[in-house]
Amino acid sequence: MALLVTAQQLSSVRAGRTLFADLSFSVSAGAVLHVEGPNGAGKSTLLRIIAGLLKPQAGQVQLFPQHSADDPDYWRRQLLFIGHKAAVKAELTALENLAIQAQLDGADLDDPWQTLETVGLLGLEDIPAQQLSAGQQRRIALARLWSSPAQLWILDEPFTALDTRGIELLQQRFAAHVHGGGSIILTSHQALSWQPSALQRLSIKHVDAELGYE
Amino acid sequence: MNKASYRSLVVALMQRDFKVAMRRKSDSINPLLFVLMVVTLFPIAVGPSHEVLGRIAPGVIWVVALLASLLGSERLFRDDYLDGSLEQMVLSPAPLELLALAKISSHWLLSGLPLVILSPFCALLLKLPIEGWLTLMLTLLLGTPILSAMTAIGAALTVSLGRGGALLSLLLLPLFIPLLIFATAAVDSSLLGMPAIGQLLFLAGFMVLTLTLAPLAVAAAIKVSVN
Repeated sequence: MALLVTAQQLSSVRAGRTLFADLSFSVSAGAVLHVEGPNGAGKSTLLRIIAGLLKPQAGQVQLFPQHSADDPDYWRRQLLFIGHKAAVKAELTALENLAIQAQLDGADLDDPWQTLETVGLLGLEDIPAQQLSAGQQRRIALARLWSSPAQLWILDEPFTALDTRGIELLQQRFAAHVHGGGSIILTSHQALSWQPSALQRLSIKHVDAELGYE
Repeated sequence: MNKASYRSLVVALMQRDFKVAMRRKSDSINPLLFVLMVVTLFPIAVGPSHEVLGRIAPGVIWVVALLASLLGSERLFRDDYLDGSLEQMVLSPAPLELLALAKISSHWLLSGLPLVILSPFCALLLKLPIEGWLTLMLTLLLGTPILSAMTAIGAALTVSLGRGGALLSLLLLPLFIPLLIFATAAVDSSLLGMPAIGQLLFLAGFMVLTLTLAPLAVAAAIKVSVN
């Protein structure tokens, strides 16, 4: 199986506090990595490090190690990151948000209406996102998953604010993505109801806990 | 991604900024309103005499233009930073420098260009002799892109610092001083009946230099700020 991510001895220090140290793992194509840990353990930090938005204190992350030599920008096209901040423009409508997101991803949005229907936003496409509910805004952000050509998805708490129907829908999309050889790295406090064949769990604990920090 | 899709991405990003600006009109109109207010208040405060007003008009208009550009500067990347769009730009397959240039261009079209268009009106209110009007417009046309590009560097550097407004002004004002000197000197020489081409060429050179290098600086600053 082709490796998509290899991380070696990652350490991160934020605000003088060691979040995690010597974290090593790898993710191969078709695998799901579920990062677990209590609030403030550094899950989001880890995801941002993998996505290349943050530099680790020590260690290194390699994305698509097979491709990195001949095409240094390959990972940018093959990576999709949705963080806490959903990158949904409050003044723009769902349709406009979808279009600009697809442009930034370098994706072809053949049928935005189809995508809107899939994520259950049909009929709300001409309302500015700020007037929609938190869950509906989340759906706008997650609609990227239906158009993105990326092989590796990094999702920080994708289920936040979604209703059970939305969570169900998202997991169906996850299953299809993994089935097609894609990989997902996600954090979630919620157990997945869908059981992927290659599920890895990564628990992050407070390194400093024994030193009396909180 | 090929060249054609880069171009459509730049266009899409600029269209996005325009749509956002159109739906939040007060933000883009505020700096222009500020300019108009200062320009109307000056003749009342200084007195309507030709000699005094006409003499200080180029300086007043340029100082107001500088301050107006600082007024909206903090917001250039703030919204993109807060809603996460900036992260997505960093991760986009398109070069960040190109996206920075798109942001600078839309900022200029929304804040600089209206100022250029408004300048004859300001010149009229401040009784600037007619010989200086064309030069004033040209200096603004060459100078406002510099303002947008410099502001973008400052805004990108301070975007992650909650309230970076004061720091941003402190950072940027010294950089604007050469621009101010050359722009007002150009208008002054055409008021004296001398050619202003020397100063204008200097401004054009500044503009080309900042527009070429600013996207690189903005991209580097954004990468630091999203950390």
